[in-house]
Order: sequence, then structure tokens, then C-alpha cells
Amino acid sequence: MTVRLLPCGRRAVLVEAEDVLGYQAAVTALDLAGVEELVPAARTLLVRFDPAVTDADRLGAVLREVSPVDSTVTGAGEVVVPVVYDGEDLADVAAEAGVSVASVISRHSAGSYVSAFCGFAPGFAYLSGLDPALHVSRRSTPRTRIPAGSVAIAGEYSAVYPSASPGGWRLLGRAEVPVWDVERDPPNLLPPGTRVRFEAVTA
Amino acid sequence: MKLEIVRPGFSTTVQDHGRPGYAALGVSRSGAADRGSFELANRLVGNPAGAAALEVTLGGLVLRASSVTTVAVTGASCPVSPGGMNAPVTLWPGDELVLGTATSGLRCYVAVRGGIDVPPVLGSRATDTLGQLGPPPLAAGMLVPVGTPGAFPVVDLAPRAALPEAPVLRVTPGPRRDWFAAPDELLSTVYTVSPDSNRVGIRLTGPALERVRHDELPSEACVPGSVQVPPSGRPILFHADAPTTGGYPVLAVVEEADLDLAAQLRPGQTVRFAAARESGRPA
Repeated sequence: MTVRLLPCGRRAVLVEAEDVLGYQAAVTALDLAGVEELVPAARTLLVRFDPAVTDADRLGAVLREVSPVDSTVTGAGEVVVPVVYDGEDLADVAAEAGVSVASVISRHSAGSYVSAFCGFAPGFAYLSGLDPALHVSRRSTPRTRIPAGSVAIAGEYSAVYPSASPGGWRLLGRAEVPVWDVERDPPNLLPPGTRVRFEAVTA
Repeated sequence: MKLEIVRPGFSTTVQDHGRPGYAALGVSRSGAADRGSFELANRLVGNPAGAAALEVTLGGLVLRASSVTTVAVTGASCPVSPGGMNAPVTLWPGDELVLGTATSGLRCYVAVRGGIDVPPVLGSRATDTLGQLGPPPLAAGMLVPVGTPGAFPVVDLAPRAALPEAPVLRVTPGPRRDWFAAPDELLSTVYTVSPDSNRVGIRLTGPALERVRHDELPSEACVPGSVQVPPSGRPILFHADAPTTGGYPVLAVVEEADLDLAAQLRPGQTVRFAAARESGRPA
């Protein structure tokens, strides 16, 4: 497997990798001197470092040789999120996917997801593993306010809105547990690498 | 000890060194936009460099002290009464500190001996305007708690050079430089700072940068200083409260050392970019 290194200022390099979380797990295991932070995203891992300890060339030579390891954590690593499926966009999603509303719910709750990366807002986790039949477009006009806890889908991802915000994702329901709480340690229920399942419950 | 906000000015937030290290959870670095001015304000009143202080956009802040204290104002040039900028000012109970409108630069920093003592969130008292973490922007009538002063003495005066008339920000290549037809146009263009700029990003107007790739870029992590180019072709310089990931290509990255200068750019002002030297800091 090959990775591609891209420049990103004097304190970071951006690595394009096929298995981002597996690559991140391998880099984490190496515990490289000077590495301060790893930030995964859809196809890349940002490696932020202390330029007083290392530099992009020295680090790059090591990062080029890293092979991904199995990043899936079994057992305790799985979070189950109870969901009340009463979202405003269920009918629209069903229409676009060409299936029934009941099928949208059963497909969404049958999936096993992995938190691929966070972004957009504190605690907003992009969950990969969505049933391909549910890969629908975003709303053409984003809503100005989506309540915290909304369970939504867009493209290849599902997510739970960590706090109230504007957004264009399709709303399927409401999570019965908070996914983001700054009083909790860690504040994020779904940090990258977490395996996630949704469980349909009644209100 | 408390400070009463009599008038918040155009926009005033609490800032410190922010929340580095939480980007993987989607939390921006945040913190003082002009770190040099922020740290100097703390030094002038004998605080640790990272004690929380007030970041005041364009001046206009009026505050009242509940007991005797020492404050200092740094950053953008503005009239300060009593006293002046870049020096400690003693306030007696009931005294008002008045900042006029900034005449050069954009952001002032007001440090108070003991530091602003609002409860920290994820290790920082900074207001993240995008992620909505930390205390809300200050409003008239708010009482802001101040911590217990440490043992360090205050400093007399810290002369500072004026901000440059023609600011230049040094850049290194960004990860998606190859998505642009003529990436070096960034270096030959004089950009104007848009009024839409804020702590999230500094929007620049000028001729559009043409892209050679038009496919969608999957979200990827961005560092403060990233020069991101949306489909309009007009660059946006990501600053303190910028999102941790972005979906538009990053053409270049502004040197960390020049982000303080970027934080002082005023809407309507012009700015240029220059290639940073290959390694190390330019002399």
C-alpha cells in the first residue's frame, strides 16, 4: 500500500492513505518523537508536529514506510445509540432511495458504523458504514436550525448532531443519548475509531 | 474582584491560548487571534503568558473595576483612558477604562492582573465563535470575574513597532497547490480584506484563482493559516476559530509567525503574500 505525503505548513504534513484509521493506528503505535496530534479525515491523516523536535523530511521518511494495522476494536469499543425514528425527512429519503419508510429505518438501524472522523462542529462524527441504498443527497436548502441529537444522513455518512446548528443533512430521528457534553471526559461519545450501532426505540 | 462591562464595543470576547490538541474531536484551536499582543498584555500586568484576557475588535470597550487593579491594553492602536497603550494602568474602585475606536490594526487586548476567571471548557476560557465553546461574547452589564494575582511584578512599558502600512504574509505551499492553474498568482496579486472577515477566516477579494480540478475534495483537516479557495476562486485565510476540517482545496499555508499580523488586518486594507524561505525563519 502506498501513501502520498502533502505539504501543510511548517508544523504538519497531510498523508493520503486508503485505510485512514488503520494508518492512524499504526502511526500512534510508533509513538514518534515530536508528533503532537493526529487528525483523521475522509481520505487523509493530518500529522501535526513540533518543529523544534522534528521536521517534515525526517518525519516523512518514516511516515512513507508505515503500513496500516487493524484498527477495529472488538467488544468494549462499540457504542449503541438508541434512536426514536420520527425524523422530518424519512418520507423524502424513502422516495429518493425507492424504498419504504419502514425499510429506511430497518436499513439504518441494521448497519454497523465506524466513526471515521470529526469535523464541522465540536463532536460532529462522520459515521461510515451506511447502507449504500441510503446514500442520498443533502437538502438543496440547509435548515437554519437542527436540534442537538438529530440523527441524520448525507452521502456515504450518518451522524448525530452534537449541538444545535444549521445543516443540510436528512433527518431520520432523535438520539436518546447526548453525543457531546463538555462536562463529560471525554466529551465526545463517538471519537474516531469508535464502532457504532443504532437501535430503534419508541418515544 | 470583578470587571463590569459598561459597553462591549463592536465585539469583545474572552481569549487565552485556546484548545490545541482537540482537532480530532472537531474542536478548533481558537484562542487569541494575535498571540504576541495577547501575551504582551499579560506580561505588562505580571500575569502568566496564557492568562485569559479580553480581545476587543476595533476598540470601543468601556469597563469598570470593582476594586483596585492593574490593566494593560495592547494590539491595535486606540486611545486609552486613563493612561495609554502598552503600559500598565492602575484602576481604582469605580474607575472606568475607556478604549476609543482603533485607528490602526483591528484587535486590542485588555489584560487584567489576576486574569479573567470564567470557568474553563476543555482546558480553556477562550470563546470559540464557530464551535460555540467558552463564554458568550461580552454584553453591557455583564460582570466578569477576575482571578487572584500572582507574585510577578508589573512591567513599566513595552514599546512596540507600528503595524506595517503594506502587510505581507509569508506562505509555504499547501497540500492542494496542484489543483490550481497558476498557483503563483497568489503571490503576485494584491488582495483586499473583505468586511465578511472574522475570527473564523479572513476573506480576500481580488482576481479569481482558476482551478484545474473541479471534482469535490473529501473533507480534510486544516491548520490555522490555511489559504483555502472555494469555487468562487477568492481565497479565505483560516484563522483562530476556523473549522478543523474543510472541503475546499488549500493552496498555501501562512507562516504561524505571521498569523498575528493577519489578525490585525482591517476590512478594506490590502495585503500581499510572499513565498517563505525554504527552511528556518527569514532573518
